[in-house]
Amino acid sequence: MQKRSRPLKTRLQLIGHYAVLCAIAVVCVFPFWWTLVTAISTEGNIFAFPPTFWPKAPSFENFIEVFNAIPIWSFFKNSVLIAVFTVFWKLLLCSLAAYPLARLKFRGRKLVFGLILATLVLPSEVNFLVNFITITQMSLVDTYTGVILPNVVTAVAILLLKQAFEEVPQDLIDAARVDGASEWVIFSRIMLPLITPWLATVGILTAVESWNEYIWPSIVMSKPDEFPLSVGVLYLRGTFGSSTRVIAAGTLITIVPTLLAFLFTQRFFMRGMDGAVK
Amino acid sequence: MKLAHRHTLQAWLFLAPALLLLAAFSFWPVGYGSVLAFTDYSLIRETRFVGLDNFRYIFNNEMFVSGLKNSLMFLLMVPFVQVGAITLAVLVNNRLPGIRLFRAAFYVPVVTTVSVVGIMWGFMFHEQGALNYVMMTLKLVNAPVGWLTNDSLALFAVMFVTLWRGLGWYMVMYLAALQSIPSDMQEAAMLDGANRWQRFWKITVPMLRPTIMLCSILSVLAALKAYQEVDVLTQGGPMNSTFTALYYAYDQGLKHLKLPRALAASFVVSLFCIAIALLCLRYLKPKHR
Repeated sequence: MQKRSRPLKTRLQLIGHYAVLCAIAVVCVFPFWWTLVTAISTEGNIFAFPPTFWPKAPSFENFIEVFNAIPIWSFFKNSVLIAVFTVFWKLLLCSLAAYPLARLKFRGRKLVFGLILATLVLPSEVNFLVNFITITQMSLVDTYTGVILPNVVTAVAILLLKQAFEEVPQDLIDAARVDGASEWVIFSRIMLPLITPWLATVGILTAVESWNEYIWPSIVMSKPDEFPLSVGVLYLRGTFGSSTRVIAAGTLITIVPTLLAFLFTQRFFMRGMDGAVK
Repeated sequence: MKLAHRHTLQAWLFLAPALLLLAAFSFWPVGYGSVLAFTDYSLIRETRFVGLDNFRYIFNNEMFVSGLKNSLMFLLMVPFVQVGAITLAVLVNNRLPGIRLFRAAFYVPVVTTVSVVGIMWGFMFHEQGALNYVMMTLKLVNAPVGWLTNDSLALFAVMFVTLWRGLGWYMVMYLAALQSIPSDMQEAAMLDGANRWQRFWKITVPMLRPTIMLCSILSVLAALKAYQEVDVLTQGGPMNSTFTALYYAYDQGLKHLKLPRALAASFVVSLFCIAIALLCLRYLKPKHR
């Protein structure tokens, strides 16, 4: 009796487990689904009881309307441009900074490390107030350099890459030093290729972060044509007073790239922070 | 000694560009910002020190004071976020079929830009929107509720959205921590006849303690500094009921160009952040055995 009832109990537990998972997943994903339904439907009222949870007369009409209403191609291009340059400079400068912290003994190492850690607890949320003064004084308002510059160096990236450098066996470095390789050669020819998976992790996380950034670019850029998507999509809501369906379509265009990037590189996100935290 | 010296120069050369940018865009704003909070800085005239004038102004300002209270209200979300995230992490810490899909579903809100979150939840919270339909179908409310237009509800609606956005991020932190717990510990406890519940409290929770501490602090700080969701959902309304302390700073600094007031407000928030972080560190320290 005992033996027979056990599988039933575990099966019930399993069903319960999945039921809970599904319930939470619905809360997480439903707003996206509803936005999708709104964007591809062309009939009926969106805000009505009962609401439409399944597309009616689906078409791409609303998406085409987005292209007519706002310069979404420019927004898209701007977002790509900002993301590419942020990723490039971040990988370069942060790995340069992480290497000595991980592998070189030098005076002031502890101090530098402490300073970098300190930026994690600094109240950085409103840095943009003073950063805007700085950017203005550097005449970088309305430039992508102004958008990118404050985001290039982050403590999390440095800590992740430091962790990566620490995992490289010391023998490799010693051998190279014996052969007379300079630190620059060791860094660029030996270390960087070995930490490629970590560079990819930081790169992907940075690209998504940069794509999603909203407050800072909306402060630096004032000309609508130069907005990135995250800022431009709100422009759709504000200035043109477009229909809800068109706004929903614009919303989807904005998030599809990051969603795809996330779904195809999920493991990068799932391990993302833990290296930095250790 | 000579070798160490050579490395010192090289190390600093490697570090220089990163440190320069950190100094300019992470340290300078905090330092210079704190100084400006005690001045009447403006672009059009000479700056003078005004002592505590800005602070006196904001503490006599209804919007800032209620904003500060609202920021403290956001702290209510911290236990929900943390308990929720730990629960999620435990639920997805296995190899059941399709579990990766669920992990992805829980994380998707994290990789969505806040402006889009604002639009989507604007739809959800609409009087004729999906949320009211569900609530009315379940007979939880009788008539459509103005989630973002009722001044006693809007703040909670905004708080819920921060929870929705935050859960997945903390889940991943806890998931990584759970996966680093050696499985032989669980197995040994199982052999000793400990049930699931006992194993959770006696093994999992103590092993998670450092992560719980870290995440709680991060979550407390994030709660005190909430303002982006306010901007995209309600812009502080209705009747200023969703102002938070930092939204006030943002509003004054960017929309009204009153930079010193804005910086004074963010200075106050920083003090709160530091105080609470220290308190957390003190009381959540790992126990010494």
